Amino acid sequence: MTTTAPDSDDAPADESAATTDADADAPLLQVRELEKSFGGITAVDGATFEVERGTITGLIGPNGAGKSTTFDLVTGVQTPDSGQVVFDGTDITGWRPHQAANRGLVRTFQIARELDEMTVLENAMLAPRGQVGENLWRAVLPGVRKEVVRQEEQLREQAWETLEFLELDHLAEEYAGALSGGQRKLLELARVLMIEPEMILLDEPLAGVNPTLEEKLLDRLHSLRDDGYTFLLVEHDMDVIMNHCEPVIVLHQGEVLVEGSPEQVKNDDRVLEAYLGGEV
Amino acid sequence: MATDTETNTLVAFVRERAVLIALGLFVALLVADLFRKLGTGALTAASLAGFVKDGTVLGLSLGLAGIGLAMTYSILNFANFAHGDYITVGGVVGWITAFLVTGLGSFEAQPLVLLRASSRTLGISVTTAPVAIFLGLVVSVVVTAGLALLIDRIVFRPMRGQRGIALLIASVGVALAVRYLLVFTLQTGPRGLTAGQATPSWDLPVGGGSVTITAHEATLAVLAVALMIGTHVLLRYTTFGTAMRAMADNEDLAQVSGIPTERVIRTTWLLGAGLTGAAGFLIALERGALTMSFGWQLLLLVFAAVILGGIGSVYGAMVGGLVIGLASRLSLVWLPESFIIAAAFVVMIVMLLVRPQGLLGGVTTV
Amino acid sequence: MSARVDDGMAAVSEWFDGRSDAALLLVLAVGLYALFTGVSLVLGYDLGGIVNTLRRITFLSAIYAMLVLALNLQWGYTGLFNLGVAGFMAVGVYTMGMLSTAPTTNPPGLGLPLPIGILGGVIAAALVGAVASLPALRLRGDYLAIVTLAFSEIVRLTYRSPVFETFSVAGLSLGTGGSTGMSLPTNPIRILFYENSQEVTSPPSAFGEAVFGTFEAIGVRAPVVEGTAYAIVLLFVVAGVYALLRRVGNSPFGRVLKAIREDETVAGALGKDTRLFKVKVFALGCGLMGLAAILWRIGGLASTADFRPITTFYVFVALIIGGAGSNTGSVVGGAVFASLLFEGPNFVRRVVTQYVDIGIGQTPSTIFEAVGPLASLDVTPLLAYTISDVNVSALRLVLLGVVLIYLIQNRPEGLLGHRTETAASVDLSERPGGEDR
Ligand SMILES: Nc1ncnc2c1ncn2[C@@H]1O[C@H](COP(=O)(O)OP(=O)(O)OP(=O)(O)O)[C@@H](O)[C@H]1O
Ligand SMILES: [Mg+2]
Repeated sequence: MTTTAPDSDDAPADESAATTDADADAPLLQVRELEKSFGGITAVDGATFEVERGTITGLIGPNGAGKSTTFDLVTGVQTPDSGQVVFDGTDITGWRPHQAANRGLVRTFQIARELDEMTVLENAMLAPRGQVGENLWRAVLPGVRKEVVRQEEQLREQAWETLEFLELDHLAEEYAGALSGGQRKLLELARVLMIEPEMILLDEPLAGVNPTLEEKLLDRLHSLRDDGYTFLLVEHDMDVIMNHCEPVIVLHQGEVLVEGSPEQVKNDDRVLEAYLGGEV
Repeated sequence: MATDTETNTLVAFVRERAVLIALGLFVALLVADLFRKLGTGALTAASLAGFVKDGTVLGLSLGLAGIGLAMTYSILNFANFAHGDYITVGGVVGWITAFLVTGLGSFEAQPLVLLRASSRTLGISVTTAPVAIFLGLVVSVVVTAGLALLIDRIVFRPMRGQRGIALLIASVGVALAVRYLLVFTLQTGPRGLTAGQATPSWDLPVGGGSVTITAHEATLAVLAVALMIGTHVLLRYTTFGTAMRAMADNEDLAQVSGIPTERVIRTTWLLGAGLTGAAGFLIALERGALTMSFGWQLLLLVFAAVILGGIGSVYGAMVGGLVIGLASRLSLVWLPESFIIAAAFVVMIVMLLVRPQGLLGGVTTV
Repeated sequence: MSARVDDGMAAVSEWFDGRSDAALLLVLAVGLYALFTGVSLVLGYDLGGIVNTLRRITFLSAIYAMLVLALNLQWGYTGLFNLGVAGFMAVGVYTMGMLSTAPTTNPPGLGLPLPIGILGGVIAAALVGAVASLPALRLRGDYLAIVTLAFSEIVRLTYRSPVFETFSVAGLSLGTGGSTGMSLPTNPIRILFYENSQEVTSPPSAFGEAVFGTFEAIGVRAPVVEGTAYAIVLLFVVAGVYALLRRVGNSPFGRVLKAIREDETVAGALGKDTRLFKVKVFALGCGLMGLAAILWRIGGLASTADFRPITTFYVFVALIIGGAGSNTGSVVGGAVFASLLFEGPNFVRRVVTQYVDIGIGQTPSTIFEAVGPLASLDVTPLLAYTISDVNVSALRLVLLGVVLIYLIQNRPEGLLGHRTETAASVDLSERPGGEDR
C-alpha cells in the first residue's frame, strides 16, 4: 500500500454506497495509531479503531479528548504526525480534504462554518460531487454549456428537497451569514447530504437543533443508513448515543479507551472515571 | 504495515523539505562559485569586501526602518503600506531642520525649507554640523511619531478590529495622500543634502585594494545598532514591552486581562514611527540625497526584511534586513546592477515559500 | 460633509438597485457623456474637440472596466488579493511587442502577425499568472499582496534592465528597449481606414477616404475618427469580457470561487480542489489583464513607467468604487474612476484656467509664492499654483488616497458590491413542483 494520491479527483458521483472493493465485509474506515500534537499538547495519541459499513458508530469522550482532531486527521484537514487512515481499502493518509471527499468520505464541522456571503441555496448547491460546471470551459463555452444547465436544474431540485426536509426552505435565499446557530448546523448537514458520499463524519450535528427536528434528523439518519450510508457521530447527548449508535467508541486523552455496544460502554467503569475524574 | 508507515514518514519528510534541501544546495553552489571567482581573480577581495560593506549598510538601514513596521504589524495585524512614506517624512522634516539650523542667517529661508539650497555651499556633514544633524534627527523622530498618531486617529482607529486587508487598503490611501502632499508642497526632484568634500572617510586595505567607509556610513551603522539595542531593552524590560508582547500574542486575551490596549497601540505608533522617522533621516544622511518617494521605493525591501525575520520580531527585522541587504549587494557578483533589487525580492519570495514564519519566526523574540 | 457624501452614495446605489444591469449601465454612460459634453462646451470646444473628449473618456473607461473585471474575478470573487496587476499587464504588452514589432525597428521584434502577437501576449500573461499563483496558493492575504507586488516589480525591473534592451535568442534578435521603452505595432483599427495599416505614412483606403472626408466636413479630423472607431470597438470587447466573466461567476465554477473566498477549508472539505481553482483564476484574470493592457498601449509606446505599482492601485480604487464581487459594479467602477477621478481633475484644471485670469508666466513656482499673497487676501496665486500641470497630477493622487480611505471606512461594498449575483447557471428561486416564489 502506498500513500500516492489518486490521479484523478473526479470520482464519479454515483459511485457512492457501491462496494467497489472485493471484500464487502471489511471495515469501511480503519484508523491505526494516529498521532498528532500541537506544540506541547498531544491531541491524538495513538487512536486505533474501525468503522463497519452501514453503521451509525458513536464517538464520545470528554471535552478535549481529541474527537474533532481525529476528524481533522481522517479527512485530511490536518496531517497526522504518524499513523494510518484506510478508507474503503485505500490508504488515504495525508490526502488532501478534497481527495477524501471525492473518494466518498466527508465531514461536518463542530463549529458550523457557513459560507456567510453565499445564500443558503448556493451553499447547498456548492456541495455535490462531479459537477460538470466546475470545469471552467464547460461553464463558459456556448455549445457545451447545455449539459451544465441541465445538471444545475437537477441539483436545484435536489437542493430544494434537502432544504425542505431540514426545514430550511423558507431561508433558501437568505445569506448563510444571517442564520442562527441551530440553522447553521442544519445547513452544514444539508451540504454533506447533497454530496451523497459513502460515509459521513458528523461533529455534534445536533447541538442547538430543536428536539422535534432532532428526532426527525435521527430518523433520517437511520433511513440513510439503511440505504447504505455509514456514519461516525460525535455527540455529547448520551441519550442520543445510547438510543441510536451501535457500536460506541470512547476516546480519552487521544486514545481509544473502550469500544462496544452502548450497554457495554455505559457500564464500563473506566468510561465513568474518564468523564468524572479527568486524569485517570 | 509498520514499515510502510515508516517509509511514508520518510518520504513525507523529504518531500516537505525538498525545497529547503534544494535551496541549501543552491546556496552551497553559490558559495563554491564565489571562492572559485576569488581564486581565479575574476573577483577581487576588495570588491567583494565592498559589496559586503554596502550590503551591511543597506541591511542596517532596512533593519532600522523595519522595526517600526514589525511593531505595528504585530500589534495591529496589518501590513502598513504607508510605512515607506513615514520614512520619507522623517527624512524630509529632519533635513529641513538640519538645513535651517545650518543655513539660517547666512541664507534665504525659503530655499532652505524647500531643500533647494546648495548642499555644497551649506557643507553639512556629521563633523562640520553635528548639532544640525542631531537636531534634525530629533525633529524627524518627533514629527514622524506625531504624524503617525494623527493618521492613526483619523484613519486606522475607526477601523480597529477590521480585517487586515481593509486596513492594508486604507494604508495605501494614506501612502498616496502623504506622498503627494509632500510633492505638492515641495515639488519632485532629487535633493542633495550633504557635502561630499566635507565628509571624512577612511580607506581600509583589503587584499590588493581597499574599501572606503565614509563617516556617514559609520554614523548610520552605529546609530542603527544603538537604536535597535535600545528598542530591544525597552521592549524586554518595561511594562509597555510586556503589554505589547501580550497583545501581539492575543489581543482579546490582553484586553480581558486589563491591558489598556488603546494606550499600548498609541505607544507602539509613537515608538515605531519615531524609529521610522530616525531611519528616514539617517538613510538620507548616508545617501547624501533624497527624493519625495525614497521611502516608498524602500518599502518593499523593508517588507522583505520584516517578513524574512518573522513578522513582529524586532531581532528578526534586524537579521532580515542584513540578509536582504547582503543578498542584494552580493548578487552583484553574478548579476548586472539592474537586478540587485529584483534579487532581494526573489530572496523574499523564496523565503516566504520555504519558511513563511520567518527566520526567527515561531518564537516571539521582540 | 462626510455624512452627506455617504447619503448621496447610498441614494445612488439604492436607485441602482431597482434597475436592470443594462438600464443602469446605459444611464451611467448617458450621464457621463452628458457631463463631459457639457464640460467641453464650457471649454468652448468645437465638435471635433467634443468628440475627442468623449473618445478619450470612452477609451479609458473601457480599458479600466476590463482591468477591474479581471481583478474582480480574482479579488471580488475568489478573495485573492493580487497587487501585481501592473506586472501582468506588462507581460502582456511586452510579449505582444516582442512578437509583433518589425525586426527592423529599434528595439527589434519578431515581426509576427498582430493576432499572433496579441494571443501570445495574453497567453504569456496567463502563464506568468499561473506560475505566480503557485507561491500564492500557500500564503495568507497580506503576504500574497506583498509577494504579488514584489513579483510585479521584478517583472518591471527585468523589462527595464539594459540587459534585455536588445538580446538574441537562437539567432533572432529581440528587445524590450530597456528604460526608453519600445514602440508597439500600429493600432489594428487602421485596417479599416488605410491601405497598408502597418505603415504610418500609408494613404487612406477608399473607404477611409470617404469616412475621413465626411467627418472632416463637420470638423472632426482623421485621427479623432480613427480613435473613436477604436473606442467603439473596445466597448464591444468590454461587453465580451463582461459576458464571459458573468458566465464564469454565475456557474458552478463561480460558486466554488465564492466558497474559496468565504472559507477555503470548507470548500476543500466539500471536495473542491481549491488550489486548482486558484491557479485557473489567476491564469484567466492575468490573461485578461494582459489583454486589457495590450489594447491600452497598442499603437503607442510600451514603457515600464506605465507599469509601476500605482497602476495597480488605480485598478483597486476603481474596483472598490464599483463594489468588489459584482461584475456590473466593476464596469461602473472602471468608468467612474477613469472619467471622474482620473480624467476629471484635468478638466477641472482646464475650466479653471478658462475662467480665472492667471496671466502667462504668473504661476508661482513654490508653495511660498503661492501662499504668501494670502496675507493680502489674494487667492489667485494659490489657485494658479494648485492647478498647474504637475500639481494637479499630485493632487489627483492625494484625492485618490482620500477616496480610498473614505470608501474603505464608510462604504467598503462600493456602489454595487452588496448586490447578489447568484452563482448558478440557472435561476435558483425557481422551485420544483411549480411552487414558484
Ligand atoms: N489547532 C490546535 N492547536 C493547539 N491545540 C489544539 C488544536 N486543536 C486542538 N487542540 C487541542 O487538542 C486537544 C483535543 O482537541 P479536540 O478539539 O480534538 O477535542 P474534542 O474531543 O473535539 O473536544 P470537544 O468535545 O470539546 O469538542 C485539546 O486539548 C485542544 O486544546
Ligand atoms: Mg470537538
